[in-house]
Amino acid sequence: MKHDIGLAVRRFIGENFLFRDDGDAITHDQSLLDAGIIDSTGVLELVCFLETTFGIEVQDDEMLPENLYSIRAISNYVGRKLESRKIELVA
Amino acid sequence: MRVESFLLESARRFPGKTALIAGATRLTYAELAAAAAGFAAELRRQGVQRGERVVVFLQNSPEAVIAVYGTLMAGGVFSVVNPGTKADKLAYILNNCTARALVTEPRLAGTAAQAKVHAPSVSALLTTPYGFAGGPAPRGAGIDLDVAMIVYTSGSTGFPKGVTMTHQNIVAAATSITTYLESSADDIVLSVLPLAFDYGLYQALMCAKVGATLVLEKSFAFPQVILEKLKAERVTGFPLVPTMAALLLQMKHLAPGMFPELRYLTNTAAALPKAHIQRLRELFPAAKLFSMYGLTECKRCTYLPPEELERRPDSVGIAIPGTEAYVVDELGERVKPGEVGELVIRGAHVMKGYWADAAATERALKPGLYPWEKVLHTGDLFRADEDGFLYFVSRKDDIIKTRGEKVSPKEVENVIYEIAGVREAAVIGVPDAILGQAIKAVVAADEGVTERDIIRHCRERLEDFMVPATVEFRGELPKSENGKIARKELVAA
Repeated sequence: MKHDIGLAVRRFIGENFLFRDDGDAITHDQSLLDAGIIDSTGVLELVCFLETTFGIEVQDDEMLPENLYSIRAISNYVGRKLESRKIELVA
Repeated sequence: MRVESFLLESARRFPGKTALIAGATRLTYAELAAAAAGFAAELRRQGVQRGERVVVFLQNSPEAVIAVYGTLMAGGVFSVVNPGTKADKLAYILNNCTARALVTEPRLAGTAAQAKVHAPSVSALLTTPYGFAGGPAPRGAGIDLDVAMIVYTSGSTGFPKGVTMTHQNIVAAATSITTYLESSADDIVLSVLPLAFDYGLYQALMCAKVGATLVLEKSFAFPQVILEKLKAERVTGFPLVPTMAALLLQMKHLAPGMFPELRYLTNTAAALPKAHIQRLRELFPAAKLFSMYGLTECKRCTYLPPEELERRPDSVGIAIPGTEAYVVDELGERVKPGEVGELVIRGAHVMKGYWADAAATERALKPGLYPWEKVLHTGDLFRADEDGFLYFVSRKDDIIKTRGEKVSPKEVENVIYEIAGVREAAVIGVPDAILGQAIKAVVAADEGVTERDIIRHCRERLEDFMVPATVEFRGELPKSENGKIARKELVAA
């Protein structure tokens, strides 16, 4: 599951920020901001992508570096959001 | 008065007061002054002489502020360069000002080293973290007629031009601005603006001038983090550009009165849309909102007193204190209210010229009231109302304003022409809700050249804000009668 999220995020970043097909140039833990891959408007585009692709709602107070700084952080964050939604649905 | 005395005087008056907060680092005025003095001594040890140029290629950081003041204490001239700058442009800048020293950080060291190979004047390279101790500043820094800094700004030729400012110029601008902002030692200013941008740099200069505290952040990528900082540090002043305001206003959880300490907001670089002005005022009811206008060549031209905002939301106001701003026709004669002409700026804040570019200097600085005086022709078309309030109409040249940064279409076009198969290229600005203007490339190219090829190449060669957001392909670009590509026709379309 998390693997799939990571792949989708990598593909999105590759296509939209690196302008290649695979996004292979970045590692899982590389800081997207420090590497100059994403800037402030890029963060918004990324959030918009996560919301539409995974059907989650990113709250203002979740738009934090710890949730979005790397592909791994993003995958973990989206995974948690999807998990909590599943619990809500069950309850 | 020299600019480093802002820091030295505050260190004398408020030695234990916090001067700078950057990430986990907090420096008092005494500590900042000592570190800058240590930097100055190190520059001298490395052979930097009075009047020589020191290029500061750093992200917003304590080290960058230390380098700025340290260079001045050594009698040098600083130039802060945007950390997104690529190697060949950095080399161009190093050569243009024949820099003696280059200051950088590990993350940027590769780019710096590549640039240095092509810049034989650079003999000293300093990399953070600084290894030297604080200490007494060297003697003989100079007088206030000396050049203090060079700020590189986009030129319509496609090559950056070095706006050259003396200590007197900076002191005049900083004095005027802190006067109308009513800045004081009680202020705590949060800035995410790059120090390479004069608007960002002046936050550091003006805070030291009045003994205020500067909270320096690297970017606005995570607005939530910045808003928490605003609250935690009880920030009183928050400089914005329109793109930041747009990002801020997109946040879902902001409520009026969340930042009761905030005394003022400033905006410059481009006008705020009326709707954003309204919403900012609702969200920050206790804060005064200053709409301002300026260009690097004189730092700031005008400001709108906040009490006029309701009545004249479209105006950029009046000349900043101690200066004059007026509109002239083609012959240089002042025009009547309502008539459109070029804005001219007169004051002690007007630059001395563009570094090593006499022709461009002559176009911008023209004879003034007295034989010894020059006034700045801004290249911006303005009109004034009956009460003398000024309104921006348009630029005379093709410069694009995006995210508060100036972009020369020519600079981007030059890079696009490097791509094999590109026959014609024109770069224009198109309206964008967040960016102000977004950059669009219109290209005629051979089969096989894709939008992605063009954007990727631009990303490798240009700073982020210069990279086209979209590319349109055409068989041929419109031309003027003399065969030049008619960029204006594309803009109008």
